[in-house]
Amino acid sequence: MSSASTILKNDGLTFAEKAISLNSDGEKIHRAGDIAVVNIDWAFAQDSSGPLAIKSFEEMGIDKLWDPSRVLLVIDHTYPAADEKVANLHSMIRKFVSKHGCRIEEGNISHQYVLENIAAPGMIIFGADSHTTQAGCIGAFATGVGSTEMAIIWASGQIWVQVPETIKIKLEGRLPKGVFARDIILHYIGEVGEDGANYKSIEWYGDTVKELTIDSRACISNASMESGCKTSVFPIDEVARRFLKEVDREPKYVIEPGDRSEYADEHMIECEKLQPVVTGPDTLETAHAVEEMSNIVIDEAFIGSSTNCRIEDLEVTARILKGRSIHSGTRCIITPASKKIYKEAINRGYVDIFLDSGAVFTNVTCGACVGTHLGVLGDGEVAISSSSRNYIGRMGALTAKAYLASPATVAASAVEGRVADPRRYL
Amino acid sequence: MLRGKAWVFKDCVNTDIIIPFRFKSRTNDPYEMAKYAMYGLDQDFPKKISKGDFIVAGRNFGGGSSREQAPVALKYAGIAAVVAESFARIFYRNCFAIGLPILEIPDVTKRVAQGDELLIDLDNFTVQNLKTKETMSAKRITGYLQHLLKEEGFINYYKKHKSFPWTTPKPP
Ligand code: SF4
Repeated sequence: MSSASTILKNDGLTFAEKAISLNSDGEKIHRAGDIAVVNIDWAFAQDSSGPLAIKSFEEMGIDKLWDPSRVLLVIDHTYPAADEKVANLHSMIRKFVSKHGCRIEEGNISHQYVLENIAAPGMIIFGADSHTTQAGCIGAFATGVGSTEMAIIWASGQIWVQVPETIKIKLEGRLPKGVFARDIILHYIGEVGEDGANYKSIEWYGDTVKELTIDSRACISNASMESGCKTSVFPIDEVARRFLKEVDREPKYVIEPGDRSEYADEHMIECEKLQPVVTGPDTLETAHAVEEMSNIVIDEAFIGSSTNCRIEDLEVTARILKGRSIHSGTRCIITPASKKIYKEAINRGYVDIFLDSGAVFTNVTCGACVGTHLGVLGDGEVAISSSSRNYIGRMGALTAKAYLASPATVAASAVEGRVADPRRYL
Repeated sequence: MLRGKAWVFKDCVNTDIIIPFRFKSRTNDPYEMAKYAMYGLDQDFPKKISKGDFIVAGRNFGGGSSREQAPVALKYAGIAAVVAESFARIFYRNCFAIGLPILEIPDVTKRVAQGDELLIDLDNFTVQNLKTKETMSAKRITGYLQHLLKEEGFINYYKKHKSFPWTTPKPP
């Protein structure tokens, strides 16, 4: 047994080892490779994982949530319902929520809602959605599971976890004009592959990190999942403290990862050498410099998803689209990641700019990111997107092709009707 | 012992391929999900396979989304086990959670060809290729996962023990 303060002070433990040790029974020190049972601070599911979790919960014959105040259901993926099948699953969620008195949120993307309203450093957050890793941007241990495991968390407040090994990534140098957080992470995944960090925890360090806003960190922690990682964490610093102060939230634990910890791998990314990246199609393992891709003609430009549609993404999009028109024959769809961002986009005048350019500005939903509504691709169509994945059939027809890039690159491409370099517009 | 035919797939078969979102997000019925198993690569897959067949795949099988509908679709389409060179983490957990047996063998796609008959022993974690007569050892499954494998997932486990593997005083 160790006290919380000895665990926090132990310089030989990684972030993941400290977070799990602090949040499991007995505060025993758990190291990479150990299996631990963690106590969960927050557990959420969305409108596609939630119904199956409810089914598993009810099949086990459990009739009580461990703590309704820590269970959240979010209706975000196909919001509002695009057809009656979806509507029926949404009403199943609403009935469950009213029976159990837990929390519900409709029309905000779960990860952004959790960041804006719930997540704090040192918490254990499990979501029945892979991009739950996003909350690592402010130092929470946050990861995704499936529906049945979510049902078990709802029942018991606990779940088994293998303590992950850690990959330390150092970001050095200034980001050049036109290169953003999304380019960093697309570049990294292109280097290490879709399983480059499988089962691992990523810790981000270096001078460049100090310059990254919470929005940029959220993008990286979210998109890191595409390397297979369990969690992707920015240790708490001044930027995170300022954010917490603004939202009036206290850390659960301030975890300083040890620097005598053992790492599975260490990387250094020289940010000043990066270029805008375009990844795909069909895989995140092929990341190209934007100029290699400029002959690709596009039908759709999508700026949206929890990966990349926060206010700083809309700011750069507005900068590029201001006074310009979307290319004829190309559609541009912009979907903010939360209602807060939506309102801010209205207040700052971005929505006028988007509409004047010919873009569509939609309500908050996952929508086109998962090919469920509001921008689904047809046969043979080509898209460039700021969303999370470009896999076969993800955004629509199996013969459609999707490329991933930062919102700036997507916006520049919307103007030119083909993959375009954002640096010309900034 | 499980006996069946191998359907061999490449590296990085992700969950969007195994079942696209627009189908999996519109039903809670596992047999409906099963109609779309492997839709991204072969829309006739559920009709082609026989109950008890296996998927054999390269590295990082099941990457991407957390959708439990992916292993559920495979299981209810009739797939009895998946043998891959490696698995993505959430898919790996989901298979144990729902009771779809999976085994890891680092070079299995070099040792099994499309259509080979396999004999899988889940007690000893071996896969025998009846065509080449070769027996391969898979990574052993231990601890909680072994209990989940034996009792075919969390729901069955819970129904039987009225507890979870870590709260059961003496796991089976
Ligand atoms: S926007 Fe896309 S990546 Fe984000 S939660 Fe929705 S489906 Fe997942």
